[in-house]
Amino acid sequence: MSDEEYILRVEDIHKKYGNSEVLKGVSFNVKKGETLVFIGPSGTGKSTLLRCINQLTVPEQGNVYLRDEEVTNSGAGINYFRQKIGMVFQNFCLFDHLSAVRNVEIALIKVRGMKPEEAREKALYELRQVGMEEWAEHYPAELSGGQAQRVSIARALAMDPDVILFDEPTSALDPELTREVLEVMKKLAQAGMTMLVVTHEMGFACNVANRILFMENGKIVEEGSPTDLLENNESSRTRQFVGGLVMGED
Amino acid sequence: MDNLTFIAEILLPALLTGLVVTIQLIVVSAPFGILAGIGVAVGRTYGGKIPSFLCKVFVMFVKGCPLLLLLFILYFTLPSIGITFTAFQASVIGFIMCNAAYNSEYIRGAIKSVKEGQIIAARSLGMTKYQSIFYIVLPQALRRAIPGLSNEFIYLIKYSSLAFMLTLVELTGAGKLIATKYFTYTETFIFVGAIYLVLVTITTIGAGMIEKKYAIPGAQGR
Ligand SMILES: Nc1ncnc2c1ncn2[C@@H]1O[C@H](COP(=O)(O)OP(=O)(O)OP(=O)(O)O)[C@@H](O)[C@H]1O
Ligand SMILES: [Mg+2]
Repeated sequence: MSDEEYILRVEDIHKKYGNSEVLKGVSFNVKKGETLVFIGPSGTGKSTLLRCINQLTVPEQGNVYLRDEEVTNSGAGINYFRQKIGMVFQNFCLFDHLSAVRNVEIALIKVRGMKPEEAREKALYELRQVGMEEWAEHYPAELSGGQAQRVSIARALAMDPDVILFDEPTSALDPELTREVLEVMKKLAQAGMTMLVVTHEMGFACNVANRILFMENGKIVEEGSPTDLLENNESSRTRQFVGGLVMGED
Repeated sequence: MDNLTFIAEILLPALLTGLVVTIQLIVVSAPFGILAGIGVAVGRTYGGKIPSFLCKVFVMFVKGCPLLLLLFILYFTLPSIGITFTAFQASVIGFIMCNAAYNSEYIRGAIKSVKEGQIIAARSLGMTKYQSIFYIVLPQALRRAIPGLSNEFIYLIKYSSLAFMLTLVELTGAGKLIATKYFTYTETFIFVGAIYLVLVTITTIGAGMIEKKYAIPGAQGR
């Protein structure tokens, strides 16, 4: 398979904090339109891995390529790649002093240099995609967690990213609000967005993921389709872990 | 000459002239005090080793040096190395330094109180470090610093009277000259005090209005 078919390539990422090696050589490739779900015990480096992809954390070793352009070692060019690699955080991280629509348009104006009217129109379009257009003028403190998370998805979408990274996007939400956010993510996946999702939502993983990557101790230890890992293989590490989640043993 | 004529024809005109100077001092010093305060706070927080150290030294110097001494240095000492300021210039420079140093402490505290995720989210959208500081961190930090900055503004109103020590006849100085000349200490200083009280009250009300205008909806009690 030629490299062009992969939109994102992650090669042998190593990351240390002090003496502890948090990522011990992680590699995987992502095709355009794929949804990858990362699961694994707490502290195995899932968040660190996502942050190494857009260089919010700089790995000691390893390379990341987006459409065959190197993201690692890209110097000031990283600010271009970060537009193309969107990120959605567990606690939303909306800009507290800006209304929903300003949250979505600010990077369009300041980073992309778009005209304010044009940016506003695009921001409203993205808010409509996540069902938040009516809330455009509201501030983060006036939104429910689910609404805030949908705005933050719109904010990432506005930059027309090639890939979006989701770090436990629903872990801070009640089940009811979790559902509305997962709905939006599922719609995105179906519309062909490439997504890397760290989550414990197994329903989402089974229904939406093309592949599940199970991480433990800074490594990907199993990888496969949801059917392969969860149904066909009785003794998979993933299945044991998920069984533990369901039975509340995590 | 009765009391009323003295007040209307001598005291008030003299105080008014002094008040104009006081207001000039404040109006020229305060904006630069705020701008420099922002610069020092940003330099200390994000400036890297050397700028951050220089900003810290500046703040420590101003905190450690009595303002009057700073004014004397600017006005009486610097000419000996060839730098000459008028009394007004020296006062304004001293006030800006003092105001900036203390403002920077309020702003620095407010910058630290902005959640770390805000900058991370900004960077994740492709903003540079300085874009995230100017468009995301400072707008939030400055809102939180308003009460502290208004406090400093009030101090500025009051320490502007030190300009009199550099022979500049501002409000307090004008009062002092009249009081000595006509031996009317009580009336004069009551009037002088009342005028400062009005200035401080206006500042307090103004700061309250600014705080309210820029309050973030839904984020009460922040
Ligand atoms: N900035 C940091 N400095 C030092 N250690 C860190 C830092 N960030 C993460 N770590 C450590 O790296 C390890 C992996 O952390 P990471 O957050 O990537 O795990 P995770 O798989 O996302 O866990 P969780 O499921 O709890 O979110 C942890 O042991 C954590 O304590
Ligand atoms: Mg994590």
